[in-house]
Amino acid sequence: MPFSREEIAQRASLEIAPGSVVNLGIGLPTLVADYLAPEDGVVIQSENGILGMGPFPQAGEEDPQIINAGKQTVTIAAGGSCFDSAMSFTMIRGGHIDLTILGALQVSASGDLANWSIPAGQGAGRTMGIGGAMDLAAGSGRIVVLTRHQTKEGAPKLVARCTYPLTARGVVSRVITDLAVLDVGARGFELVECAPNVTVEQVRKATGAPLTVGLQP
Amino acid sequence: MSQPKTNRASSPATGAKKIQSSVDQALRGVFDGARIMVGGFGLCGNPEALIAGVVRLGVRDLTLISNNAGNLGKGLAIWLRAGIVRRVICTYVGTNEDLHRQMASGQVQVDIIPQGTFVERIRAAGAGIAAFYTPTGVGTVVADGKDVREFSGRPHILEEALHADYALIRAHTADPFGNLRFYRTARNFSPVMATAATTTIVETDQLCGLGDIDPDDVHLPGIFVQRLVHVPEHEDPFEYRMVRND
Repeated sequence: MPFSREEIAQRASLEIAPGSVVNLGIGLPTLVADYLAPEDGVVIQSENGILGMGPFPQAGEEDPQIINAGKQTVTIAAGGSCFDSAMSFTMIRGGHIDLTILGALQVSASGDLANWSIPAGQGAGRTMGIGGAMDLAAGSGRIVVLTRHQTKEGAPKLVARCTYPLTARGVVSRVITDLAVLDVGARGFELVECAPNVTVEQVRKATGAPLTVGLQP
Repeated sequence: MSQPKTNRASSPATGAKKIQSSVDQALRGVFDGARIMVGGFGLCGNPEALIAGVVRLGVRDLTLISNNAGNLGKGLAIWLRAGIVRRVICTYVGTNEDLHRQMASGQVQVDIIPQGTFVERIRAAGAGIAAFYTPTGVGTVVADGKDVREFSGRPHILEEALHADYALIRAHTADPFGNLRFYRTARNFSPVMATAATTTIVETDQLCGLGDIDPDDVHLPGIFVQRLVHVPEHEDPFEYRMVRND
């Protein structure tokens, strides 16, 4: 059984060290917050201006002026702070964020990330925009990507070389998909673990670049 | 030892007549082809009355500098629908279908730049910095045509300051000098944009008296504000209303 979206998010939560400061990208990465244990003291930064973001509000407590980077209503945790965008990107670009979890359109075997535009003539042909992704990719301590292993059309999203416009080069250290967890290392994609009942051959077939297996104990 | 004297002339509001009687009065002089920064992250922290007021003015060919240029037909999307924008400098399009449509048709020229670079270019303009080197965007289309230089063995690209003729921003509280406080994530780009425009026009939810904001609690000093208009009511639409069930 491949991982569901929730299971990908849950697996990703294991990447977050207690006490670390993390930024969770729009979409699937946002779900990771649901699997963080309060006692671990993980601090979530949202690039629109929150350090110490809390969960979604209780019904009736939503405030349209308290949102995350995906423009969803959120809360601010005790000890949280609000600030302007220049301060936010001082945190991000300045290397003060330990880990960023982002979505992807494509990840290459050398750790290149493409996640902001599908050029006209390729697939859906739509430019979502860069937002904070390039700054997060340039400044965060570690970049983990969450994505489906293949597009809805069955094309691989883990590729030898990205064909979509890049967000950054050589920044992705780990990819968690519905089929597997993979590291991006010196030998390209290195299999860390398969989703339950998914075989190495299934992962290999769905990956658009050579897969190294057996580096892990 | 002589005691310091209280001098009325030292009050920052003396001679400053920043408070405007109406939105239209606040927007006087905005011209065709102007470069206008507008604060807000999506629909959060939008100067709603000033945005609507610019459409009423009938100006056109505007260059809009704003993170999203509206969403869901609201906020700055009304400028796009009115056809008064020629160029947009933004960071994210997302679900803003008005911008997708006008970008595809070529009606509007759209420059999409990284958000940290966007705000730092604005900060630089306000701070008298002509340009700066940043690692963001190296090895991507963002670096095309730009100077690349290595610092500590890492390549950086040269980015230039971004100025505007006007900044339209929303504050939570203002005093007559234009000292501002913002509310939660409505702050975003607004205080930075206020520093980078020739004329900054503030729409404030609350107008208080001089001295009512403790000096230590001022988020943006009034030196950056030229005009103020008090607008107590706002729509503040939800973009994505999320709740938890526990």
